[in-house]
Amino acid sequence: MDLFEYQARDLFESHGVPVLAGAVATTPDQAYEAAKSMGGKVVVKAQVKVGGRGKAGGVKLAVDAEDAKEKAAAILGMDIKGHTVHKVMIAQAAPIVSEYYLAILLDRANRDFLVMASVAGGMEIEEVAHTSPEKLARISIDPNFGVTAEAAAKVIAGGQFPADIAPQVTEVLFKLWAAFVAEDATLMEINPLVKTEDGRIVALDGKVTLDDNASFRHASHEALIDHAATNPLEALAKEKDLNYVKLDGEVGVIGNGAGLVMSTLDVVAYAGEKYGVKPANFLDIGGGASAEVMANGLSIILGDTDVKSVFVNVFGGITACDAVANGIVAALAILGDAATKPIVVRLDGNNVLEGRRILNEAAHPLIEQLDTMDGAAARAAELAAK
Amino acid sequence: MAIFINEHSRVIVQGMTGSEGTKHTKRMLASGTNIVGGVTPGKGGQVVDIDGHSLPVFNSVSEAVAATSANASVVFVPPKFAKAAVIDAIDSALPLVVVITEGIPVHDAAAFYAYSVSKGTTRIIGPNCPGLISPGKSNIGIIPSDITGPGRIGLVSKSGTLTYQMMYELRDFGFSTAVGIGGDPIIGTTHIDCLRAFQDDPDTDAIVMIGEIGGDAEERAAAFIAEYVTKPVVGYVAGFTAPEGKTMGHAGAIVSGSSGTAAAKKEALEAVGVKVGKTPSETAELMRRILNG
Repeated sequence: MDLFEYQARDLFESHGVPVLAGAVATTPDQAYEAAKSMGGKVVVKAQVKVGGRGKAGGVKLAVDAEDAKEKAAAILGMDIKGHTVHKVMIAQAAPIVSEYYLAILLDRANRDFLVMASVAGGMEIEEVAHTSPEKLARISIDPNFGVTAEAAAKVIAGGQFPADIAPQVTEVLFKLWAAFVAEDATLMEINPLVKTEDGRIVALDGKVTLDDNASFRHASHEALIDHAATNPLEALAKEKDLNYVKLDGEVGVIGNGAGLVMSTLDVVAYAGEKYGVKPANFLDIGGGASAEVMANGLSIILGDTDVKSVFVNVFGGITACDAVANGIVAALAILGDAATKPIVVRLDGNNVLEGRRILNEAAHPLIEQLDTMDGAAARAAELAAK
Repeated sequence: MAIFINEHSRVIVQGMTGSEGTKHTKRMLASGTNIVGGVTPGKGGQVVDIDGHSLPVFNSVSEAVAATSANASVVFVPPKFAKAAVIDAIDSALPLVVVITEGIPVHDAAAFYAYSVSKGTTRIIGPNCPGLISPGKSNIGIIPSDITGPGRIGLVSKSGTLTYQMMYELRDFGFSTAVGIGGDPIIGTTHIDCLRAFQDDPDTDAIVMIGEIGGDAEERAAAFIAEYVTKPVVGYVAGFTAPEGKTMGHAGAIVSGSSGTAAAKKEALEAVGVKVGKTPSETAELMRRILNG
């Protein structure tokens, strides 16, 4: 789960990572109140989970509370790269002397964690990484030892931080590592980390990604979920414990296993080129799916008004094809006349003969069975184009 | 031969007394795997009967190893307790630990992987993987044993169902070993580890490698193939049409920016002479042509 900037700020603050005063607002009046209580100049920042908001006009300096209200009114509701701004952060403005970069992230290639830091921080850190990689410290962290004093010294040296701020940056690094571990994060990035005119080192902007697998030990993470951004069909699927992602095509796709479903999307997309149709969704019913799970999945897909045909692609490993077939029949019985879209089914693997027999016997007019994945995808695409 | 497991594999099941553990112990036994016992902390001393096999339960892996001379373990322990279970297996210096459990926090996986590296005696496969099978010899995990039999193709895949699909497509040839390495961001055994083992295995003639979007494991595997692998390799990458920034099930299958896309992976593999299929069937067909000369 990716957090908004204001959530990252709050999380940093709760772990002692130095930040400036900040508050979230969803209305211009709230922005006014927040700015008033901070006093002085503030920055009004659009809260969207996409880069480039500054260039899009989503970050404005306000001279006082009245100005903050106006700026918030202009920014709220703005569209930034397809993301509607529902919230702004009101942040204390502070005169900045220098901008640095500091991040801790999961390093998939090395299978450990990585600290990246540079005295040449700010907006152009990716540029720095390309053109002057010697200015960017990249220090691997052993998960079982964490950021040791030795590792921190390497970060300071590699990032070319001057001696006068080294102790403060080191302190921020230790705090950030503690937060990274305590919150089960896979990314905590401070960009920029700044030195203010009065000599403080503070995190001005942050990106945080938390590991959803660890939510069982973080009751507090539930509150960080952005329900407003969730597609209604995705929300419904989540309630039913289904792994569903809405896409923008016409062929509904159901399969078992993330890899097979991704592969199915590809096969449908290739077949669809001829007919001008694309996959409408990703839906993985998982391993060992029961008839009920299949029925839930099919109901969600048939409830998507963009869907013109459905492709059920199952290779029974643990999942039994007879359970899948029963689920399809059950779902159609529940939906009755509401089900009007053709369903192309390809079953193989565990109990396939029984599964095919169940569908043949049901002889439902909407169901068509094909033997191969490629053939079934082509048929589903053809039906969606009709 | 075969890689990582064979007819001499003596397997303990961590979490055998749980519902998933029991279900899959039955399936592994039915496919001929030599299961020698189970581990469930607090239930040591019990003997459970699974389909006519009396299997002792131990409190710890070290007790299980002392009593049974097990040389491999398969982990069905729930995510909350999986780290402790894997650490227990590493402490007992088990040569192979196959972690089936889905949903393990990545900090936990990072910790037990680093620990296994520091000890240097345990290979971890997974987590969040279907395990591996050397048909007719041993089957550790949840891969159905009736898809196909022994043969001379090696298979390595991030995805479980695509492993099954590919085994099915090439069922008339059979497999030396099929390894599902899992799709999580941190996994113990990589494409490269399997490619090396298949290259070194005299019973493997050709290799199918299945990848998916996210990370750069396939790109690194391509570089390794160029340097080390002389046997024919056929590849498949899932997720060509996946939209950017959407997570599709596997924690690892996330596209961010240009690196990690299916197109980039295909390009990297083809650049080193790997034939890459557009679909699983086309990939199987490429392998078929190689094996038929």
